[in-house]
Amino acid sequence: MNIFLLSIRNMTSRPLSTVLSLILLTLGVGIISLILQVNHHIQEQMANNVRGINMVVGAKGSPLQLILSAVYHIDAPTGNISLKEAEELQKNGMVELGIPLSYGDSYEGYRIVGTDHNYPTLYNAEVAEGRLWKDPLEVTVGASVARILGMKIGDTFAGAHGLSEGGESHDDHQYEIVGILKHSNSVLDQLILTDTRSVWAVHDHGDEHEEGEHHDDEHDDHDHEAHDEEHEGEHDDHDHEAHDEEHEGEHDEHDHEDHGEEREITAMLVKFRNPIALLQLPRRVNETTNMQAAVPSYEINRLFSLMGVGIDTLNTIALVIMLVSGLSVFISLYNALRDRMYEMALMRTYGATRWQLVWLVLQEGLLLTLFGFLLGFIFSRLGLWLVSQFMQSSYHYEFAGWFWLPEEMWLLGIALSIGLVAALLPAIQIFNINISKTLAND
Amino acid sequence: MLKTHSLAFSYNSQKTFKFPDIQLDTGQHLLILGESGIGKTTLLHLMAGLLKPQSGNVELMGTSLNELSSAHLDRFRGQHIGLVFQRPHFIQSLSVEKNLTLVQYLAGKSKDKNRVKAVLDSLGILHKIKEKPQRLSQGEQQRVAIAVAVINGPQLILADEPTASLDDKNCSRVATLLKEQAAASSSLLIIITHDQRLKDHFSNTLTL
Repeated sequence: MNIFLLSIRNMTSRPLSTVLSLILLTLGVGIISLILQVNHHIQEQMANNVRGINMVVGAKGSPLQLILSAVYHIDAPTGNISLKEAEELQKNGMVELGIPLSYGDSYEGYRIVGTDHNYPTLYNAEVAEGRLWKDPLEVTVGASVARILGMKIGDTFAGAHGLSEGGESHDDHQYEIVGILKHSNSVLDQLILTDTRSVWAVHDHGDEHEEGEHHDDEHDDHDHEAHDEEHEGEHDDHDHEAHDEEHEGEHDEHDHEDHGEEREITAMLVKFRNPIALLQLPRRVNETTNMQAAVPSYEINRLFSLMGVGIDTLNTIALVIMLVSGLSVFISLYNALRDRMYEMALMRTYGATRWQLVWLVLQEGLLLTLFGFLLGFIFSRLGLWLVSQFMQSSYHYEFAGWFWLPEEMWLLGIALSIGLVAALLPAIQIFNINISKTLAND
Repeated sequence: MLKTHSLAFSYNSQKTFKFPDIQLDTGQHLLILGESGIGKTTLLHLMAGLLKPQSGNVELMGTSLNELSSAHLDRFRGQHIGLVFQRPHFIQSLSVEKNLTLVQYLAGKSKDKNRVKAVLDSLGILHKIKEKPQRLSQGEQQRVAIAVAVINGPQLILADEPTASLDDKNCSRVATLLKEQAAASSSLLIIITHDQRLKDHFSNTLTL
């Protein structure tokens, strides 16, 4: 039996007040730690996904929506823009790189994005298996998508219209998986990437059955054998596959020319050659074109300042809970001490020094808050896991990695200080105990 | 072994307690009798070093308690003085055994479970070793209190009204046990009481 064990015995001998203190501490620490973690993960994800993108152009509308949809793929697109206009912007001297994005379809809730190979390059994404897409209707899927949906190379699937599950299925256009990306801890993990032309192909077919629309399908040699055979010899039939077969090589260029101006994409991610472009280009786009330019860093800061109010409120509430828990620890120690003053005097007669008893009480405060902190820590990690599951199922976002944040070190410090302060007054009383009087009065 | 010299103490300016000098040699017992309010407990606390005398001196085994610092006095008391109080008190969150090992620990001695068992056995309460003290009967509690006082083999056992709340049977048993325990560790025994029943058990008495 020593002072440390005695502290623990003292705590377990008054279970109700100990449990109350622990619950309050767990809540306070847990909530703050959870907020810190969620905030950290969101900021990290946000920053990670925006890297290299200086500007996003898309259809007019809310700039925040444009950023959320084009960069993070968590909102609906603002609309479409003309490919021609976007390509003109790409030719601008200040633009180093423009990555076209066409999205609007999904598979099992995961977005199918038509783009070019610059998109994976932007996030330094590497291919884990297979290769990047080359021909239309070939797709390369993100690591998380492949893992969760259990996709393998060679699998085929049909995209569904719209960004949520249960949209109308484009059954007659089967995508084929040709590659799976490595985890890049970016939005790509949650996407199905394909060629821009795939998106056009699928939608041209779905929306309008006009001739000559389908030049993009010329390499589309899988899954259409039946069609092709069926229409062999019927050159007047305007079914698109047959048509494409026919015009392969001859009309390709022609079609492109013809329909180029009608081609649309959803948005374009733009990287500038130098930072000065930031001052000029977005304004020029907004004033002189039908497109909208939005600057991700600016919009995200705006978003965080909006979210900040809510986070501050939650943090304040959690801090108040922690202070109340401190009060509870204090009351618990103080009450226990009133009953135990005689015990303290008794221990002095057994040879305990003042400082041993002061340490006994301080230790009880510290141990209580330390246990509370540990429970809160577990609570926050459990919460984070739940939030992560929720994000995964509703936004297809994952929190990667489990960090010990420097702020949590502070939180530990604050928790222990609360325990120390709560134990201070009882400790002072014990230091100044009048042994003779305490023993004689009982 | 124990010498007190012109001890005096006052709680306020109106009344000052003056105590006769006491001198005891190894193995001697002393029964101090006196009515309530005469300063019996004050004398006991002075001898235990729980109070500092206004004047005078307590000397145990050649060590003057006045000259010890607070921390040293606590240690000295833990190692050499065993106290028994009128109403037994223990650390409530601990069992009888843990109370005793805590007393060993606080006196700076190593934990000795055999000693704990031997002392409890000699007091006839070994079977209560795992019980919480407050669950025991009053007679048993008083015996545990004696165990606490003698566990470290003190040179001096001070008992403050150890029999006041006990019936005749338990009273004489406690008196016998105190004498036995004092003899076992060849310590001095001083009992302060107003309980006349104890007079039969002790030859050396002092009336305040």
